[in-house]
Amino acid sequence: MRALFDTRGKPALVWAGVAVVGLALLVLPFALAGVGTAWVRITNLAILFVFLALGLNIVVGFAGLLDLGYIAFYAVGAYVYALLASPHFGIHLPFWVILPIGAAVACLFGVLLGAPTLKLRGDYLAIVTLGFGEIIRIFMNNLSQPVNITNGPQGITLIDPLRIGEVSFRTTDTLFGLAFTGPIKYYYFLLAVLLVVIVVNLRLQDSRIGRAWEAIREDEIAARAMGINTRNMKLLAFAMGASFGGIAGGMFSAMQGFISPESFILLESIMVLAMVVLGGMGNIWGVIVGALLLSFAPEILRYTVEPAQKALFGRMLVEPEVIRMLLFGFALVLMMLFRPAGLLPSATRKRELETGREGRRR
Amino acid sequence: MSPTGRPEGELDPKRFSADGSPVSAGPAAAAPADDALLVARGIAKRFGGVQALADVGFSIRRGEIYGLIGPNGAGKTTLFNVLTGIYAPDGGTFTFDGHALAGQKPNEVAARGIARTFQNIRLFGNLSALENVMIGRHVRTRAGVFGAMLRDARTRREEAAIEKRAFELLEYVGVAKRANDLAKHLPYGDQRRLEIARALATDPKLLALDEPAAGMNATETASLERLLESIRHDGTTILLIEHDMKLVMSVCDRVLVLDYGKRIAEGTAAEVQKDPQVIAAYLGGDVTLNLKGA
Repeated sequence: MRALFDTRGKPALVWAGVAVVGLALLVLPFALAGVGTAWVRITNLAILFVFLALGLNIVVGFAGLLDLGYIAFYAVGAYVYALLASPHFGIHLPFWVILPIGAAVACLFGVLLGAPTLKLRGDYLAIVTLGFGEIIRIFMNNLSQPVNITNGPQGITLIDPLRIGEVSFRTTDTLFGLAFTGPIKYYYFLLAVLLVVIVVNLRLQDSRIGRAWEAIREDEIAARAMGINTRNMKLLAFAMGASFGGIAGGMFSAMQGFISPESFILLESIMVLAMVVLGGMGNIWGVIVGALLLSFAPEILRYTVEPAQKALFGRMLVEPEVIRMLLFGFALVLMMLFRPAGLLPSATRKRELETGREGRRR
Repeated sequence: MSPTGRPEGELDPKRFSADGSPVSAGPAAAAPADDALLVARGIAKRFGGVQALADVGFSIRRGEIYGLIGPNGAGKTTLFNVLTGIYAPDGGTFTFDGHALAGQKPNEVAARGIARTFQNIRLFGNLSALENVMIGRHVRTRAGVFGAMLRDARTRREEAAIEKRAFELLEYVGVAKRANDLAKHLPYGDQRRLEIARALATDPKLLALDEPAAGMNATETASLERLLESIRHDGTTILLIEHDMKLVMSVCDRVLVLDYGKRIAEGTAAEVQKDPQVIAAYLGGDVTLNLKGA
């Protein structure tokens, strides 16, 4: 965590800040539950999108490989969980077995996608990955015959919720007089996993592997000339990114209790990519901000656009969904004009440059 | 070892004596063959109808600065790219430090101990100078994904060692004060030096420099010359492509001259500049040339 928060100078102040943020995050679900349980669910989905955005950031932000089919790995993780913890096959494995399996299978698919696309860059890679995403979705849609594996477009229902010991994440438990509903339990679980994922990402970025990815992104020929095995490093980026997607997919399955191919359309891939680009490719904090913004904005609009129009015009003139896409497009245009590198661009180097990071100086 | 895929008859044995010294070279160029770090035989490379390299052979001895000169388009950079694995040769072999090299990938060549710089600087522009050199340490370090994620004692030690060595190399080439600046923000001369530092970070046995003095002024070239001398003094053999004849003549122990993809002369700087073929290649006629003053 030391690399996470620069404690140089005023460590006490920084730790106080961490404590305040931590406390706020701990209290948050109860505050949201006061507004409506739906908001806790929305927050949980937002955290899942943070996972996805962080996973895609490894591929796009670190290694510079444009992946337009990222949601496929989310789908693979979700389906692995659904098949191994539902009445569909009558298998009910515990989550701590399935999530690693889901990550491993997604990782395998990542390598499957990575291997044939090693020599592609930019637009060409984007097209192939886009096709890959669609292939996975279409497979999910059609693998109900001749052997029913995915149950086709109907999807898989009655997926087991997470269960830790005797505590099921579907029921409400009361502890210290507080009602821990299902979504609130998921929130804490996701928060814990998120913390791990963030630390792993930060460490990866600031490591030999992370530097090799950055080198490939900057100049592949120079990277090879410096002895970096670009083939293995690219495959590794795909595999790591896919694993994160697979874990997120598994948790999505458990949370929703129902999945179908409809959840894994191209638009979702594009949304995750937009989160990465909006926040700032390659900057972990930027990506998190981007993911949260794009996850919450439509929900906030949904709850404000309708009443606002009713109050102004007495009736609803424009659907919230239409306004959402309009604002989204407008925001992207503004971004490209004024902050093309993202809200929090990856020029964290600027900070390094001015102050020097501990250990980076002599 | 006989070069694969080429008829033996195409090799002129007179031109490939054990130490690689050509007929035109004097006795000063002779040296024991076991002293050779890199031996190239019959290297050929063709791009469509253009024979970029034809039957090029030479040998570089340990601890020398070996120059590679020739008019523009002579095939110098092509030879570099073939040597470092960016292009696969159409024929011929490289033996580097006792191992066959031809056909290996660039990263394998780097792992074997040949590091290079590029004619048109290819730094990782958006990374800091220090990070550029740290990336050079990649091939000599081991930490993998799990080391990175767990950040165990071994990984932390390795990481500290990478950083220490990278900083030392920056000091060595003289850009340490710009360590935290983005590579693309460095002045041109410093970028050239940074590229050398990055190459040195791979612990090369042979450092291949593609026109390191291009675009430098006289002062910068003079300090580059001192840098090359100290790199050689510290035990790294240097292969140097350069158009700055003054630099080549003062720093190189031996020089190979290419023209139209063919080797036309090899020998000490003094010998090469008297060679009529070299003079013809550079000036296109039978004239005398004083390269010392160039």
